[in-house]
Amino acid sequence: MAKHMQHDIDKLKAKIIAMGEAVEDRVYQATLSVINRDPAKANAVIKGDREIDDMEVEIEEDCLKILALYQPVAIDLRFIVAALKINSDLERIGDLAVNIAERGVFLAGQAQFAIPFDLSAMVSLAEKMVTESIDAFINHDVRLAHHIRAADDTMDAMNREMYTQLKGMLTTDTDHVNNLLHVLSVGRHLERIADHATNIAEDVIYLVDAQIIRHTPELYDE
Amino acid sequence: MVEQSIYPKDQKMVITTNQVNFFYGATQALFGISLLIPAKQVTALIGPSGCGKSTFLRCLNRMNDTIPHSRVEGEILINQQDIYAPGTDVVELRKKVGMVFQKSNPFPKSIFDNVAYGPRIHGEKNPRRLAEIVEQSLQQAAIWDEVKDRLQANAMGLSGGQQQRLCIARALAVGPKILLMDEPASALDPKATTRIEDLIGELRTNYTIVIVTHNMQQAARVSDYTAFFYEGNLIECDQTPKIFTNPREKQTEDYITGRFG
Amino acid sequence: MNNTTDKLILLSMRLITYAIVLVIGYILFDIIRNGASALNWQFVSAFPRRSGASGGIFPAIVGTLYLVVGTIAVSLPLGIGGAIYLSEYADQGRFNTMIRLAIITLAGVPSIVFGLFGLGLFVLFCGFGSSILAGSLTLACMVLPTIIVASEESLRAVPKGFRDASLALGATKWEMIRTNILPYSMSGMITGAILGIGRAAGETAPILLTVAAFYLPRLPKSVFDQVMALPYHLYILATQHPEAERIRHMQYGTALILLLLVLGLSLGAILIRTHFRKKFRW
Repeated sequence: MAKHMQHDIDKLKAKIIAMGEAVEDRVYQATLSVINRDPAKANAVIKGDREIDDMEVEIEEDCLKILALYQPVAIDLRFIVAALKINSDLERIGDLAVNIAERGVFLAGQAQFAIPFDLSAMVSLAEKMVTESIDAFINHDVRLAHHIRAADDTMDAMNREMYTQLKGMLTTDTDHVNNLLHVLSVGRHLERIADHATNIAEDVIYLVDAQIIRHTPELYDE
Repeated sequence: MVEQSIYPKDQKMVITTNQVNFFYGATQALFGISLLIPAKQVTALIGPSGCGKSTFLRCLNRMNDTIPHSRVEGEILINQQDIYAPGTDVVELRKKVGMVFQKSNPFPKSIFDNVAYGPRIHGEKNPRRLAEIVEQSLQQAAIWDEVKDRLQANAMGLSGGQQQRLCIARALAVGPKILLMDEPASALDPKATTRIEDLIGELRTNYTIVIVTHNMQQAARVSDYTAFFYEGNLIECDQTPKIFTNPREKQTEDYITGRFG
Repeated sequence: MNNTTDKLILLSMRLITYAIVLVIGYILFDIIRNGASALNWQFVSAFPRRSGASGGIFPAIVGTLYLVVGTIAVSLPLGIGGAIYLSEYADQGRFNTMIRLAIITLAGVPSIVFGLFGLGLFVLFCGFGSSILAGSLTLACMVLPTIIVASEESLRAVPKGFRDASLALGATKWEMIRTNILPYSMSGMITGAILGIGRAAGETAPILLTVAAFYLPRLPKSVFDQVMALPYHLYILATQHPEAERIRHMQYGTALILLLLVLGLSLGAILIRTHFRKKFRW
């Protein structure tokens, strides 16, 4: 029985990794479409979301199957619980990538204008967090997971910085109000993506240490 | 080995074992078992075949006394009294510590006589009192409604699950405080198993229960505390939810997740 | 093994069985055919006359009954007691194995040896003389191994579960044996007794030396009296009697009565056994 379960768990893990990579790619393409004003790329991301949704459903069904058939305990049980939660976080990241791509389509149709804050820094941090959270899951890397939690603070700071900058501009640069609002939205989506990556990191910590550290203030013990 | 901290602060302990060794002739079957059994809780003993869990259970009411050339070392205290101390009345001990076996073993007598057996050998002759004890015990074992109209029928005519509940009633009739169960449902179908498990849940309000089981899901369902035995050693004892979500020891985890050997 | 050899073996087994049944059937038929004519009320109720050439065989019937009852009365308690000791109390070690071996060997000792033993011990040494007591004791020694072996087997056949359950309920060892082992093994013990009865009633050699009277046309008054016994009477009539050739019907009649007596006693025991079996079934 343990062999059957192990086999199914291995398959499930491979599917989550595949989904993680797919989502990672969506985020990358979506942000690229904003920065490079590339509506074709953006549309590809929007259309491709169907795929991510299907993956999510499949993974959830696999988890339920394993729960029902094998009644896993201990590490196996924690793995399934973590898998379920990571699954929905990944799906939400996929949705956010679509939202960003939609901003990309809009902005590409507008006259070129300079993005007034360091969007690319936010983009690269968000992407890094997503990639690392998936790596942490693959390798059961608690250290990396704690780093991701710390990185989320940086992201929050960047987000606040963006707000204060845009707040000033919205009153002075009235020509670009519409564009600015869309850029603001992109920034907010990136911040949300970082949050989901942080959730994944916390699930990895639960998976390995059986500690639920959500809603607890970070303790930088490393 | 066993940390008091896994139990709530005010938890009363009924059985305390200290460094218990057990030998079958020259073969040592238990190695320094120190375990606390909390009052009015269900403690499950799990582990692979031959790990010593049944041997340990049978030390608790000295059923191992019947095995020739066996030997116990260490201390087993029940209510602070060493049950292996010289001069211990084994009959009194077994009145306090009842036992239910893996294979249901009703006597080939009537249902009534089965339950009345214990009280009778302990000197209860009053038929009214006996009838009371029998009814009460059968009620407690959740089998009264099924057998009340045929108390004089042979117990061998009952189904496997009913027989096992009858055996539980028979054990209760002696008025024990502690109930030892040696894989009580391993020979039963799922429905009968569920009934026994439900019954264990009801009995735990009044009795301290120690149950040996091969079925880990069963241990998870019925017990408050779980002790994992391996090759005669107590590897880990903890609250059952802890054992089944995040055991401390690798060996425990490997066993409960089925990755053993 | 192929099909033909299989069939061949089955066939030969069947033939052997039929042959045995046939022999037994013939013996029975012969005894009944020749003995039935002698059977009448007077034959079983009257005392013998003319050294047994005429009259009845009443004292021999009574004597055999006494001997059987005496034998069972002595051997059953002893045998059951010994069996209980061996299976429940004794250490299951080498000594026990040796005792068991001795008992089995004893069962194979020729009956005339028991007769001589009885003559030496009970008749002469104990001074019981040639008597029912000496005869019963001698026969008891002879059937004891059978009863012990059968009883021990039936004690061991009682499931461990009953023992465990009794002890776990706080029974002492003797309470356990008395309430939860003996009743269930009773049927097996009675089987042993049945075999014992058959042997005790039919043996000639042991009683020849310890109890049997050649011709004693009266009933015994105490256990120290001699009695006539059916097998010995039959032996006398058939081989020692001056008119042996002329009184074949008396011989057959005696044989038939002995047969019926053993059958009757065994039947009684079988009924008791069935009762216990029905009462305690598991």
